[in-house]
Amino acid sequence: MAKLNPLDLYDIRSQLSEDELMVQDSIAAWVDERAVPLIAECFDKARFPTELIPEIAELGLLGSTLEGYGCAGLNYTSYGLICQELERCDSGLRSFVSVQSSLCMYPIYAFGSEEQKQRWLPEMAAGRAIGCFGLTEPQGGSDPANMKTHAKRDGDDWLLNGAKMWITNGSVADIAIVWAQTEDGIQGFLVEKDMAGFVTQDIHSKMSLRASTTSELYFDNVRLPDSSRLPGVKGLKGPLSCLTQARFGISWGPIGCAIDCLDSVLKYTEDRILFDRPLAANQAIQIRLADMARRITTAQLLALQLGRLKDAGKMQHTQVNLAKWNNVRMALDIARDARDMLGGFGITTEYTPIRHMLNLESVITYEGTETIHQLAVGRELTGISAF
Amino acid sequence: MKILVGIKRVVDFNVRVRVKPDGSGVDTDGAKMSINPFDEIALEEALRLREAGIASEVIVISIGDSSCQQQLRTGLAMGADRAIQVDTDIHLQPLAAARTMLAVIETEQPGLVILGKQAIDDDNNQTGQMLAALWNRPQATFASKVVVAGDTATVTREVDAGLETIEVDLPAVITTDLRLNTPRFVKLPDIMKAKRKPLEVIAFTELAVSNDNNIQIDHYAPPAVREKGIMVDSAAALVTELKSRGLL
Repeated sequence: MAKLNPLDLYDIRSQLSEDELMVQDSIAAWVDERAVPLIAECFDKARFPTELIPEIAELGLLGSTLEGYGCAGLNYTSYGLICQELERCDSGLRSFVSVQSSLCMYPIYAFGSEEQKQRWLPEMAAGRAIGCFGLTEPQGGSDPANMKTHAKRDGDDWLLNGAKMWITNGSVADIAIVWAQTEDGIQGFLVEKDMAGFVTQDIHSKMSLRASTTSELYFDNVRLPDSSRLPGVKGLKGPLSCLTQARFGISWGPIGCAIDCLDSVLKYTEDRILFDRPLAANQAIQIRLADMARRITTAQLLALQLGRLKDAGKMQHTQVNLAKWNNVRMALDIARDARDMLGGFGITTEYTPIRHMLNLESVITYEGTETIHQLAVGRELTGISAF
Repeated sequence: MKILVGIKRVVDFNVRVRVKPDGSGVDTDGAKMSINPFDEIALEEALRLREAGIASEVIVISIGDSSCQQQLRTGLAMGADRAIQVDTDIHLQPLAAARTMLAVIETEQPGLVILGKQAIDDDNNQTGQMLAALWNRPQATFASKVVVAGDTATVTREVDAGLETIEVDLPAVITTDLRLNTPRFVKLPDIMKAKRKPLEVIAFTELAVSNDNNIQIDHYAPPAVREKGIMVDSAAALVTELKSRGLL
């Protein structure tokens, strides 16, 4: 009998197509060689590794599931594997690609005019234009139907007023996809960086996602031509469909964090001698390692089936709710436990679990808090909305 | 000019290999497989020659069962124009591999053949040299720099004494060393494009190549486990220890 791979106990890779394996392997090689060596310093200095953007674009990571406009046209399982490999390095790196791909390029692709697509998608795929997604507001994120930001008709134009908060890439973005109340319900607008009345401000002193830019956006009578409006959607389903895309990727990404944590503690507990024997020889340690493997395996199986459903066009958003909830919770618990098993070493950025642990505190909050996902599943089961 | 590049499917360099309990070989079951790293360097060099306008076509070739198509597809995704799989279940030794390559060379008539200096599984370092001899063409092994101009290639070789630069007439066989180049990463759109590139399968039996194995492998064994060292507290104790072992 061959030895099982501790990081892929159920041989998930045997279920992947030749293309999917090639996608995973090529991104993994890039991550290990180019991103992993930079990331601890980036986290420490609280900066996003902008020097990687041209490479990220050249690899085809931005908008990789879209067809045409310079995009690769991959399936969603491949996109999930990409998120997993990026987040194995850092949630901030994965967030950058998620936001650009799922929250910015996707709505332009799905709801934009042909002119908007031609103008923005090739530039965004090439990494020459960076996007951000403005939905959450200072007053709260879980109840977007009651957003305060609004756009009013003014002749042929629109006047946009309001504020958005916790916006990844906000201050570095060339274009913001901003959702606002209108007379016709919630609509999306493409707001460009230099438009009068639009300012951004970075949120500092974060203890999480430090290798990622997080900003606030302010709109004070920003005048937008009607050609800035996304014509293809009205109502909350516009932003929510973007979130479903992004949450799909977030269902996969944290598996990467958890795998990286398990890999770290397996090595550490094997090498670390305490009371004359390796830490790994203790029952208490083995039970914790086994539990990590169990939870990673279930998350991998869940993500794979979610990918197959999405690629078959059968995925429902409740299935994403459950997967995001389960897989982020799994990774956060594993990261915390891995941090503890590393003892004193676990508190430095020399070891990755504490960085993953801190990052995952954001990941479990953004793109739908854990509670919201639980309630969405509850609503599906009972038919009663409790929120 | 066509360039033919050999690609071998091997256990990924990151995998810690294990010898099968019965000593009949290395356990590759479930192990991650990759292109032999030296072959990746060979392909990168061929692609750079094509991008410089010196080569017109890059063909990747692998010998093995259908599983090696995965590595050929990776080669196509890196940028090769087409691929050839010589289909066989037999694990060929270097001489038979060289004969097989020669049979393909006779059909394809490449202006240059680039191979890795060795594969990281068996570490034979023989196929390139044998192929050059069988083909009766020059060889430039352990290349760390290749400059092609007209009908010659100027190749800097890594040899024991340092670097040696030689000029060979083309067609020739070049084998690559580690420092020749850094292979590119596969880009996602190219993975999709690779699906549409031709991959030809030739049955090994069709090539009428002799496979008389000249080496018989008795068994495989893992390297002996290194014994744990001891700590000494002074230089004098170190000298005493070394003397007691007859090392001083």
